[in-house]
Amino acid sequence: MTVKTPPKVELTIPIIHDMELAATKTAEVVAKHMELSEDKTAEISMALIEATINAFEHSESKSSNVEIHFVIQGDTLVIKVTDHGKGFDKSAVEIPNIEEKLSSDYKRGWGLQLIQELMDSVEFESTVDGTTVTMTKKK
Amino acid sequence: MEFNLTTRSEGDIVIIKTSGYLNNVGGEQIAEACYKEIDDGKKLFLIDLEESKVVNSIGVSILIEIIEKLQDVDGKLGYYNLAPIVEKTFNIMGLTKYSSVFQSESEALEGMS
Repeated sequence: MTVKTPPKVELTIPIIHDMELAATKTAEVVAKHMELSEDKTAEISMALIEATINAFEHSESKSSNVEIHFVIQGDTLVIKVTDHGKGFDKSAVEIPNIEEKLSSDYKRGWGLQLIQELMDSVEFESTVDGTTVTMTKKK
Repeated sequence: MEFNLTTRSEGDIVIIKTSGYLNNVGGEQIAEACYKEIDDGKKLFLIDLEESKVVNSIGVSILIEIIEKLQDVDGKLGYYNLAPIVEKTFNIMGLTKYSSVFQSESEALEGMS
């Protein structure tokens, strides 16, 4: 008996300003195929923008590309965003809050918080050779 | 999805209407427009985001900078015509604690006066 492989879309995008929007276009097509709601599709796109920007900005990547895999596992969409940068320690990332940001010179640093709030689950795998963020969204 | 904005006034309120992706470039353009008006003595600002349905946290974090500047002059910032995901992003980032979301321009003008 053969086991059916889950449908998968693989995307490689160059680290170029605004190229994260190319990833959201693919996400929209995949979400439409899965018949996800408009709200869930928008949440996936927003989380994907943040994960891709993080990969662009914080990875100090040796490669000039970020890889994004969309896997449809039944009624769950699994998205993996992989960069080949130096990795990061998630436990060292502070949870941002507006009160601190208002009095700080550094207003940024919201990406991980947004991804965690918008997706059903988020996992980080980071080594000195790169980082993979795995995000899921149920139908 | 090039970012553009137009600015107009309704009485004491400055209305900035944006179009396109609100990223770092868009955020900087909004900040520049606001700071120019703050320098001219304006304190009340509304941003119409109807045509900016896609944002990122870098662009939105520049709005936090504008809120901080407006706090210094006792000013106020509000938004209207937000896509649901944009409103949700503003909520997660806490902007809605220090600035206001309105459903329409008329509601916004009333709420800011």
